[in-house]
Amino acid sequence: MTATAHGVGKEDWRGSAQRLATLVRKESLQIVRDPSSILIAFVLPAVLLFLFGYGVSLDTARTRVGLVIESQRPLTQDLAASFQASRYFEVSIGRDRRDFEEALVLGRVRGLIIVPATFTSDFAAQKNPSIQVIVDGSDPNTASFVQNYTQGVVANWAALRGAEVAAHPPPISVEQRFWFNAELKSRNFLVPGSIAIVMTLVGTLLTSLVVAREWERGTMEAIMATPVTATELLAGKILPYFLLGLTSMTLCVALAVLLFGVPFRGSLLALYALSASFLVPALGQGLLISAATKNQFLASQVALISAFLPAFLLSGFLFEISSMPTVIQWVTMIVPARYLIPSLQTVFLAGDIWPMFLRDIAIMLLIGAVLFLLAARSTQKRIA
Amino acid sequence: MTKASDGGSAKPEAVRIAGITRTFGNAPPALDDITASINSGEITGLVGPDGAGKTTLIRLMTGLMLPDAGAIEVLGYDTRTDAARIHAAIGYMPQRFGLYEDLSVRENLDLYADLRGLAKVERPAVFDELLTFTDLKRFTARLADNLSGGMKQKLGLACALLKKPRLLLLDEPGVGVDPISRRDLWKMVEALTAEGIGVLWSTAYLDEAEACDRVLLLNQGKLLFSGVPSELTERVEGRVFKLSGIAGRRRAALTRVLDDENVVDGIIQGEAIRLVLKSGTDPEALLADVGGGEARIAPTSPRFEDAFVDMLGGGPGGRSKLAEETRPRPAGNGHPVIEAKGLTKRFGDFTAAADITFDVPRGEIFGLLGPNGAGKSTTFKMLCGLLKPTLGEGRVAGFDLRRDGAEARNRLGYMAQKFSLYGDLSVAQNLAFFAGVYGLAGTLKRDRTQLMTEIFDLGPHAASNAKDLPLGLKQRLALACAVMHEPDALFLDEPTSGVDPITRREFWTHINGLVEKGITVLVTTHFMDEAEYCDRIALINQGRAIALGTPDALKASVATPENPDPTMEDAFIALVLGANERAAA
Repeated sequence: MTATAHGVGKEDWRGSAQRLATLVRKESLQIVRDPSSILIAFVLPAVLLFLFGYGVSLDTARTRVGLVIESQRPLTQDLAASFQASRYFEVSIGRDRRDFEEALVLGRVRGLIIVPATFTSDFAAQKNPSIQVIVDGSDPNTASFVQNYTQGVVANWAALRGAEVAAHPPPISVEQRFWFNAELKSRNFLVPGSIAIVMTLVGTLLTSLVVAREWERGTMEAIMATPVTATELLAGKILPYFLLGLTSMTLCVALAVLLFGVPFRGSLLALYALSASFLVPALGQGLLISAATKNQFLASQVALISAFLPAFLLSGFLFEISSMPTVIQWVTMIVPARYLIPSLQTVFLAGDIWPMFLRDIAIMLLIGAVLFLLAARSTQKRIA
Repeated sequence: MTKASDGGSAKPEAVRIAGITRTFGNAPPALDDITASINSGEITGLVGPDGAGKTTLIRLMTGLMLPDAGAIEVLGYDTRTDAARIHAAIGYMPQRFGLYEDLSVRENLDLYADLRGLAKVERPAVFDELLTFTDLKRFTARLADNLSGGMKQKLGLACALLKKPRLLLLDEPGVGVDPISRRDLWKMVEALTAEGIGVLWSTAYLDEAEACDRVLLLNQGKLLFSGVPSELTERVEGRVFKLSGIAGRRRAALTRVLDDENVVDGIIQGEAIRLVLKSGTDPEALLADVGGGEARIAPTSPRFEDAFVDMLGGGPGGRSKLAEETRPRPAGNGHPVIEAKGLTKRFGDFTAAADITFDVPRGEIFGLLGPNGAGKSTTFKMLCGLLKPTLGEGRVAGFDLRRDGAEARNRLGYMAQKFSLYGDLSVAQNLAFFAGVYGLAGTLKRDRTQLMTEIFDLGPHAASNAKDLPLGLKQRLALACAVMHEPDALFLDEPTSGVDPITRREFWTHINGLVEKGITVLVTTHFMDEAEYCDRIALINQGRAIALGTPDALKASVATPENPDPTMEDAFIALVLGANERAAA
């Protein structure tokens, strides 16, 4: 029939738009029908949020510790009462550390706080009164909480004791980071961060999977032998998953705010602008992976290692970037999530700080542009 | 290439292939200096065994792949520079079903109509025509995933035809499709040529080649022949004979005649032997080889495969070293080796196999034949202990599969053409693994693996990974793994479909030899040639055995005055259609 070899201009545009629309429609139908898309885009994010909302809290509600008061005096009794009153500890009191050694080994208590016999006299003499903390090192997180909480309790107690001891805070530990500040619930930090993880899942993992699946099932080959162009093919994949990513993000935000009571102090505009900018590199990476692997299993592995784990570990989500080795800090520069997470946390907890957002958006778009360029280069209408 | 292919035809040329070579990695070229052409308005068969280079050649024609050397012009456009124009003018059906299984029939059609730019106003008429043509009207709302193999291929064809292409490229449309659907597809495609469309139909079935207007015969990346099929069969004209009257000892007879230096090729065909002789041979002289008696020899019309084997220099000899090294199984107590008694399997409210009963005596080849999804694999799996029957009983070598499944499995060897080897293990590792699986240990294990390596000449390849072997060697290795533990029964799942005819003959020579030694064989296939090797066949359709008998008896049962000498395929189609009619009535 009409092999309109020279039909350029308007007709081409209309044909192209029609092909794109049909590809998007097809992809949307597939998303709706494919249980695994729904799983990755909606169920997994919800699970992740619940995990971070409830399960993995970096504050510990009540940690069991053993408190050893080697000599019973009014002063030490008062200190013990402070520990017992603490919201962070469930305290068992003993007179000798040996009472608790077995419990510590068995994990029944997470740490021992030992108030030595000399405490009262040292305190009175203002001779560096000290308290020893023994923690279960096999669980470093909890161990450091015990240490830090102890410091907090002692500091509080010292403050209550008034000016007489103000000059001599018992020097127990010099660690200055307080994790237990009631004002800074870790959930408020974690939930915005996990939204970045969720969008990485949809943008990179899911996208790389569905493109690889088309190669595996041979549908890619059939479709390539039609007048469709490589650009249309790419765009037909990106648009649906872009929307899916934003939908998934919206769901997460709704859950975070309504269910977990995370404050939302910024604007929706900022939220969507940031998320949309983040999806550009995420999708670009997904397309690049699938074009390179053409195999679902490999694509999922590469996506997990090159996108999901960095978003977790190198984005400042769980670990402070500033405390990483310098080389790793450089590596984080190309992890898109590291630009999203601080901005997102700001949107939730502080409000709109546009200079920061604009800088982050620009960097994410730049990374995205590079990835897309690479993906487009590797997605030609060729099989081998 | 051949002069005859260029002269004589007035039909316009659709594809011109000029000196194409394509290589992948370090392997020998997948296509080696191919020059050929394909005409409009006729069916060109692209024929050759798996791995011959058929798919590569088709992909090169679509422009989805580029040649290392040479050029292809499709409808006047060069594939290197004008791929977009080619894509607008051709219809292409890749080998693997290229449609979206999670979209319905209608949605697939809509998708391809949009992609091919079929105008909205034309659609109702075109869809209606194609759905009628493919008989898919009733299924427009069904997801493609839930269509049968044959219906999927028809839908693929419909999608490729949406905007009347000028050239239709079909990559093995007959694979995974039963003979009935295959015949339907063929008729549809034939109708298209009348409209001037050029069709390329690739296939590994040589019998399909005979029906094509022209044929390109590929083998190991080389074009062996291009032209009208009858030109090829002419080379064996007057040299093809049927040796009959040797019922009951045809396998032994075949072994003997294949040793005759005047015999080029020979295969079992039902009760008879089909022979290709060297020119100038007196056919009567062969009767002496088989001991005279009631044996008769008569000329028969040559087939494409006879000529193909002749071109390749003839088939392998008739001796099986494997069979010679196999200890004969005693006649035993006369009990059948494989027994199926009322085997029934239900999945939910779907009955996959209903009341299947047959038994296979020692030293017989029994075939399970049937359309896709008819229940032959289910029956097969119940008999090798992979599936538990809902009702009924299966026995192998006297062991009840339900109670003594492990013992029964130890007495059978299983081989599937497609799946039974570990591609990432080397030849030696595969042998060692299967020896281990079958409980061989110590010196026995060493002796058996050594013997297998020697018999099948696997020594030089011991360190190669199984997936890198050529098909023929894979076939040998798979058989070696299946017989290593000296099973009493061999279960073969489409053992030679898609394999080149020489390898297929080699394989069946071993099987025939084993059967002569008293091994019992169960084959499942929808490949008619494989059915001809069987002593008896059960035809399975919609979960039931609708016919059981020797191949010749089944063929004779459907003979009509119009078709006095039906082929196995004719018998298959007639019996299945008859059963379906009865079921509908």
